[in-house]
Amino acid sequence: MRPFTKHTGLAAPLDLANVDTDMIIPKQFLKSIKRTGFGKNLFDELRYEDEGQPDQSCERRPLRHDFVLNQPRYAGASVLLARQNFGCGSSREHAPWALDDYGIRSIIAPSFADIFYNNCFKNGLLPIVLDAEEVDQLFAEVDAKEGAQIDVDLENQTVTSPSGAKFEFVVDQFRKHCLLNGLDDIGLTLQQEESIRRYEEKRMNDAPWLFLSREQ
Amino acid sequence: MAGKTLYDKLWDSHLVQQRDDGSALIYIDLQLLHEVTSPQAFEGLRLAGRKPWRTSASLATPDHNVPTTKHERISGVDGIEDPVSKIQVTTLDENCNEFGITEFNMKDIRQGIVHVVGPEQGATLPGMTVVCGDSHTSTHGAFGALAHGIGTSEVEHVLATQCLVQKKSRNMLVRVDGELSPWVSAKDVVLAIIGAIGTAGGTGYAIEFGGTGIQSLSMEGRMTVCNMAIEAGARVGLIAVDDTTIEYVKNRPYAPKGEHWDMAVAAWQDLVSDKDAQFDEVVVIKSEDIKPQVTWGTSPEMVIAIDEAIPRPEDQIDPVKKEGYARAWKYMGLEGKTTLADVTLDRVFIGSCTNSRIEDLRIAAEVVKGRKVASSLKQAIVVPGSGLVKAQAEKEGLHEIFEAAGLEWREPGCSMCLAMNADKLGNGEHCASTSNRNFEGRQGFGGRTHLVSPAMAAAAAIAGHFVDVSEFVKH
Repeated sequence: MRPFTKHTGLAAPLDLANVDTDMIIPKQFLKSIKRTGFGKNLFDELRYEDEGQPDQSCERRPLRHDFVLNQPRYAGASVLLARQNFGCGSSREHAPWALDDYGIRSIIAPSFADIFYNNCFKNGLLPIVLDAEEVDQLFAEVDAKEGAQIDVDLENQTVTSPSGAKFEFVVDQFRKHCLLNGLDDIGLTLQQEESIRRYEEKRMNDAPWLFLSREQ
Repeated sequence: MAGKTLYDKLWDSHLVQQRDDGSALIYIDLQLLHEVTSPQAFEGLRLAGRKPWRTSASLATPDHNVPTTKHERISGVDGIEDPVSKIQVTTLDENCNEFGITEFNMKDIRQGIVHVVGPEQGATLPGMTVVCGDSHTSTHGAFGALAHGIGTSEVEHVLATQCLVQKKSRNMLVRVDGELSPWVSAKDVVLAIIGAIGTAGGTGYAIEFGGTGIQSLSMEGRMTVCNMAIEAGARVGLIAVDDTTIEYVKNRPYAPKGEHWDMAVAAWQDLVSDKDAQFDEVVVIKSEDIKPQVTWGTSPEMVIAIDEAIPRPEDQIDPVKKEGYARAWKYMGLEGKTTLADVTLDRVFIGSCTNSRIEDLRIAAEVVKGRKVASSLKQAIVVPGSGLVKAQAEKEGLHEIFEAAGLEWREPGCSMCLAMNADKLGNGEHCASTSNRNFEGRQGFGGRTHLVSPAMAAAAAIAGHFVDVSEFVKH
């Protein structure tokens, strides 16, 4: 996994609460068997006027000009400002894959849905929870000045606003460690092979019916 | 020391390793796999040269993409007309073959929606940990199992290690007290709960559903309630084990037998929250207050009882709610309407992992029996949750009741719940749906979903608009 340490980038404000994963990447794009290529269909229904299809070029599709990512001033944004309960709904990891493929590195919101939040960390994306007032301030600053950049520092757990205001955020230490070092957590878990085997042995003794073959 | 909740007990019995930073390694007893969220996980295994830790802990079936019409289903995977869907289903078949995982493929009568198939086969058992790359995995919590949805990276992690890195959730109890009114179902209960606590109300919690209103539900009803825990933000929904649970599991193909059965039943007696268990949050709802529910907007929390007026954006005080309601009103085309009876329906969908089990089909059939679907409707489809549900329904003659009333009787799959196959809404069409999400575009581009119970969907199919099913059946 690509590590995440520090990132400074153009911020785009998505001023909508309860953005669900169906909005982030609609179902017709989940038919892919790859992890890449979802960026052009990120927020497909919010971004384009027509219904998108898998494997279709998006270059000539009619854009919804009022959508934030279609505004020229936010072209190339890599930090997404969002509202409460971002990423609710389906567990599809295609949502963080689409954000990543588009070029988003960090999402800042007052709250996230659990599964989406967790999925981000597996893909080198940093979701950051800040107080609603702090998020409001970031929205206001980004709106006020074209080209406004936000600085995200995972090591020190801080977000710096375009005007220089610093906000601290909380992150689980294990997730932070994995993200800073770009660690594959399957490899880490497999280092605990002996503990897993020990657990299985004990469990097999206590609850043998859980270990029967399913071939029937 | 305070007693333990059911969630605490399940967590403790699956703890492989507790870490100082608060995270833990949890053992997974069962992983269900389907075609949409597994291909990248299998590919990851292949690239790293890894093998599944324990193949007998996985069970797979295609469900999201499978067509539901007879002519497409007759030749199995070869009959899928959409080439992209076909590749995904074929990929699941190939991966299961390559890695030695049991799969109920499209030609197997046991094929169906993963969350219907697992319990039906007795693969889902009380006291287990169950995961699947699908948020509605919370369904299996109805068995006193710790079950939740995961992303594809975690699907790969569980395949490779049989474990998950997790942080413990907080405990919430939602108690439903008292007897439910006639024609008020599990679906109405869970929609009313989501209406009360909101779509983020359960975020960070494992919700245990309890009280007499829950205990009186069948296993099918309990699965419907736990299924939608995620719609209240909780990854985990749970219901304590009782005789209803054990009766349901008994004699299922994968359920333990003989001596193992006796051992298991003895162990399952403990799968209840202790009397002195402490919950971080308790919500109490009175059964008598729950009427048949219908969602009016684009989030499951935008729900009202059938006799209520649609809430207006201008009456909301909270600015976020005001804006959300305004957006939903526009998307749903509600201008000029005051109640949901004013909405003319285009389609009706009875199915999905929420409501496609035999009990759901029986109640829908009871409502439509001897009646005819409204002529204004473009389509009404009934999609059983599995091949075995379909066979049982046909044995009972339910398909004939549906077809005589003008509803289409389909082959099993996720179908119009998320429209990954050909079953979808057209732009602007209103649908009475027994599924779980009414998000923008969920059932088709521009489609307008109203979530209801099977009885309410059936009554709406006949009337052509929403009616109170408890009144409707009197005429």
